[in-house]
Amino acid sequence: MKKKMNGFLLAGLAITGLLTAAILLGTVWTPYDPAAMSGSEKYLAPCLQHPFGTDNFGRDILSRVMKGAGTTFFIAVLTVLIGAVFGTAAGALTGYFGGIVDDVLMRLNDALTAFPSILLALVVISLMGPGKTYNVVLALGLVFIPSFARVTRTAFASARDVNYIKSARLMGASSGRILLVHILPNTMNVLLPSITIGFNNAVLAEASMSYLGVGATPTDASLGYMLSEAQGMFGRAPWYALCTGAVIVLLVFGVGLIGEGLQRREGGVG
Amino acid sequence: MKKRLTAFLLAALMCTGLCACGSKAESPSQSATAPPASSTESANKAANAVTVGIAQDLDNSLDPHKAVAAGTKEVMFNVFEGLVKPTSNGDLIPAVASNYTVSEDHLTYTFTLREGAKFHNGDAVTAEDVVYSLKRVAAPTETGVVQVEALSIMADVAAVDERTVAITLTEPSNEFISYLTVAILPADYTEQDTKPVGTGPFTFASRSAQENIILAKFEEYWGQKAYLDQVTFRIIENAEGLLMGLQSGAIDICSHLTTTQVSQLSDSEFSIAQGNMNLVQAMYLNNAVAPFDNVLVRQALCHAIDRQMILDLAFDGYGTLIGSSMYPAFGKYFDDTLTNHYAYDVDAAKALLAQAGYPGGFDMTITVPSNYQPHMDTAEVVVEQLKAIGVNAVIQPVEWETWVSEAYVGRNFQATLVGVDASTMTARALLERFTSTYSKNFINYNNAEYDALFAQAQACYDDAEQTALYKAMERNLTENAANVYIQDLADLVAVRKGLTGLEFYPIYVLDLSTVRYEG
Repeated sequence: MKKKMNGFLLAGLAITGLLTAAILLGTVWTPYDPAAMSGSEKYLAPCLQHPFGTDNFGRDILSRVMKGAGTTFFIAVLTVLIGAVFGTAAGALTGYFGGIVDDVLMRLNDALTAFPSILLALVVISLMGPGKTYNVVLALGLVFIPSFARVTRTAFASARDVNYIKSARLMGASSGRILLVHILPNTMNVLLPSITIGFNNAVLAEASMSYLGVGATPTDASLGYMLSEAQGMFGRAPWYALCTGAVIVLLVFGVGLIGEGLQRREGGVG
Repeated sequence: MKKRLTAFLLAALMCTGLCACGSKAESPSQSATAPPASSTESANKAANAVTVGIAQDLDNSLDPHKAVAAGTKEVMFNVFEGLVKPTSNGDLIPAVASNYTVSEDHLTYTFTLREGAKFHNGDAVTAEDVVYSLKRVAAPTETGVVQVEALSIMADVAAVDERTVAITLTEPSNEFISYLTVAILPADYTEQDTKPVGTGPFTFASRSAQENIILAKFEEYWGQKAYLDQVTFRIIENAEGLLMGLQSGAIDICSHLTTTQVSQLSDSEFSIAQGNMNLVQAMYLNNAVAPFDNVLVRQALCHAIDRQMILDLAFDGYGTLIGSSMYPAFGKYFDDTLTNHYAYDVDAAKALLAQAGYPGGFDMTITVPSNYQPHMDTAEVVVEQLKAIGVNAVIQPVEWETWVSEAYVGRNFQATLVGVDASTMTARALLERFTSTYSKNFINYNNAEYDALFAQAQACYDDAEQTALYKAMERNLTENAANVYIQDLADLVAVRKGLTGLEFYPIYVLDLSTVRYEG
């Protein structure tokens, strides 16, 4: 196994790194106040002062994208975190111990995957009340648990009966130690790509939800919310939709490349 | 390996398509039902027909005595008439009745029915139909709702002879006549829900749910007959779909457009008519909830909002500023001196806040029904302007049904940005809602002087005196800063070139009887 850089990883890291830098910068500094409106600067096409142009309120779109990408990024990271932690825990327990718990949890899992994830998230949102960012995180996080559980369960189940685990068990290692120290590191080659793919799905899911008007609120606009705003003025300010859409594409594309690169480096399924 | 990369690229492409997805859902059906632009246009013109785009389907029942949605009344105005009907300049003219007299004591109204007034089914309108209709609308429907509560003052409705109807009241009311715009229906007819029959200039032809409703010219109309032979109202539930319908030629007329939408239409194809929406757009404040139970805080907010800036930013300068719960279309009731009662003055606002005990401002939530883009846009500007006085506002977008149940009925909100309209052409329709005991007083306005003024206005039969009382009520709302009044929104209607004659009404209706092709 050669653990070295490859083109995918490099390109992915470059794109994601740039975007992350812009997002981090956006938390402390943006070219303009992203909320500042100006009647005289409405619908300006991209120019030197406003590289991404301005919107219907004369707000600088670049500044808004920097802030908005931050909201989207924040939601996606938390979502994946919830999905990965709880999903892996569920997958590890069911995969390693098996039995009736495994059957019940996995059938439940099957049932959950039968619904389109966006639909499920919409249900959760409507139960908890819309318009709050942390509700979006919770809803999406819940929806992401099953896919992580499935992936890790397979890895843990197949590791259960291999020799080094058997010997660890004979040596008297506790189940917790076996799960965390012995098996978990060996599932990284499937877990890491899942995380990157999960991140991408989370970005798109958040964008779709905000686009549908149940995600982020206008006051802390995310990329998806901005996209839905942009749709109404596509004929008058096409740059709004294009610039916002392009950032979503880059965010997803960059992390996607990282996932691909990692998988190749690990020599996993290619 | 290659495959994966392609998959990523595909995914990437798909999300660029995201922004177009919403309207895409609309396009298949559109292309399936609508022939190409030029042919529809000429076909419509040749058939002397127009297609009107509307943003929502009508109520399940087309029965005018059951309809609740403003959108339904807007369309069915072309089909139904009352004893009297409103004109485009806000007057009431006799319709099904040709004239009426009022007794000395204001308790008996005697209507003479119009010679030649006919229902769409060919029957002449008789006194019996009128008695039936008025009694029906004053009684609760199956759902237990009384459509027109103001008609409950009717003691009796009786047919004097074939062509004369007498209505007696339990108490005098000089607004009674404006409620007689309620539809007159044939007495023995049971299919109003699905095949409505009225007396208006258009007859109901057909309806296909979520798709369209078609009206046809009524050849035996008593008055000026409609110019068009057929009008199709096409239901297109998203704004982009409506815009595309106009651009592609599938729609000839569409009202309630935003300035952004209008700017995307070509000048050579459409003329834009501008009227008013006839609603009181305001940031309605829950007067029972802190900090808005303090009049100083409410006044501070009024000073902190630059309304002209709202029009410039969110509405391209369109709209009419207002200062109380009354809009200009009401003519004599509208008091223009209230419009600029609160000048935009950040320092005055800050001083008032400090005086009220909030020198550093406060946090607040503005609930906005998210399906109304104009209100959402206004709220965004308001949030930005409130920052200047240290008030940190957040917008909570909610669905319309949630807004109705939580904010309007439940009164569970802090501030909400919406437009309130009048169901009839009476000042009472706008002002009664702020009396302390009224069931629709959703802002919990509680002002003894206001209640007293309303009681006086109801007991007053002199028109000038009553008008003065209503104006005093408006002033009361303004001085106590009951709400942060903003504007009466502009109503922009796109009309295809070649069509003419569209008139605006002071109420929410779209009259097509005057629309015609030029030449």
